[in-house]
Amino acid sequence: MAWTRDQMAERAAKELKDGFYVNLGIGIPTLVSNYIPNGMSVQLQSENGMLGFGPFPFEGEEDPDLINAGKQTVTELPTTSYFNSADSFAMIRGGHIDLAILGAMQVAENGDIANWMIPGKLVKGMGGAMDLVGGVKKVVVVMEHSAKGESKLLAKCNLPLTGAGVVDMVITDLGVFTVDKTGGGLTLIELAPEVTLDDIKKNTQASFKVANTLTQ
Amino acid sequence: MNKVHADAKSALAGLLKDGMTIMAGGFGLCGIPETLIHAIRDAGVKNLTVVSNNAGVDGKGLGVLLDTKQVKKMISSYVGENKTFMQQYLAKELEIEFNPQGTLAERIRAGGAGIPAFFTKTGVGTMIAEGKDVREFDGNRYVMERGIVADLSIVHAYIGDTEGNLAYRKTARNFNPVMATAGKVTVAEVEHLVRPGEIDPDHIITPGVFVQRMIHVPNAAKYIEQRTVRKRTAADAPAGAGGDV
Repeated sequence: MAWTRDQMAERAAKELKDGFYVNLGIGIPTLVSNYIPNGMSVQLQSENGMLGFGPFPFEGEEDPDLINAGKQTVTELPTTSYFNSADSFAMIRGGHIDLAILGAMQVAENGDIANWMIPGKLVKGMGGAMDLVGGVKKVVVVMEHSAKGESKLLAKCNLPLTGAGVVDMVITDLGVFTVDKTGGGLTLIELAPEVTLDDIKKNTQASFKVANTLTQ
Repeated sequence: MNKVHADAKSALAGLLKDGMTIMAGGFGLCGIPETLIHAIRDAGVKNLTVVSNNAGVDGKGLGVLLDTKQVKKMISSYVGENKTFMQQYLAKELEIEFNPQGTLAERIRAGGAGIPAFFTKTGVGTMIAEGKDVREFDGNRYVMERGIVADLSIVHAYIGDTEGNLAYRKTARNFNPVMATAGKVTVAEVEHLVRPGEIDPDHIITPGVFVQRMIHVPNAAKYIEQRTVRKRTAADAPAGAGGDV
């Protein structure tokens, strides 16, 4: 049985480590914050200029001056700091953020990622995505394995790239792949419950290896 | 030298002309110089190039300059929240230059610091790097991006003294401090206007040298784009509301 959105987020949370500074994208990646293990110190970074943000405010306590990069109202923690946008991206581009978890439209077996534009469709902009994939130490993509019956894991992306050779891990509803960005390609390391290797093969356009230690 | 003007119109007097480049602080609708934007609308200058992370929403923030078709080109990282913007963009009435958000912030920082260009890893191997100088340093490829200086920067601060020293509040800081450095002229609107010495010098984020003119906006409108809240449970009851501690 394929993982749900929440189960994918829960799986992504296993990539967190104590002391990590983490940037979470919009959508399923945001759900990862619900699965930070108790006792683990993880500071969430928001591109607009906040490190260490807390949960949504209680009703009536929303502050227009306190939002995350998704423009949602959030709260402050004792660990919070604020800074300007250039400092925010110095963190991201300077390699000071440990982990970025983000969504994608396509990922290629060489670690290319496309998640910001579809030619011919309305383009809204890349926001901070290109900076994140280019600068953060470890980049984990969480996405549905297929869209409209088509594999999102490809030999080569056919949408304009957000970053070239930047993805370290892909978590889909069917399983988990690692990416060797030095040319080693994709390796399937985990299957979602009741998903078979055949299911993955049928639904994956990219070529991939299977880890000896494949787990389910 | 008096930097403080009675209103936005007088603070912008003599600074506005058709075809100019204006930087506007803010992220979404958070920390935007709304009062100054309205004064630019009222002045009617056209063919503006506006550098701002976003383009406001319909009728708010930079959206008001789009409604009046005063903007020729936006330099932004994300513009998804504005229907007017999208209509004008599709009708080719409006030009957009997308910059990765960090590249945009750094271009502004560099412009303000007198740095004409810099190299970054962001965008290498993507269409953002097309036509730009790409060089290798220490085994990695980097793309050259240019610093930006604007004819005018407009920023919003929480508190400012009459010398132009500014401090910001929470995430309303965002692009404002870097943009304050990168305008040939910078005009700041401040929610609280105080005398010099009333802001602890250790807490000043933007030193007054970057700010030429300012206005006091004690009743600045603030907007929330995505109002997200959680329900209070019994365990979250405020102190003194009864129950065991």
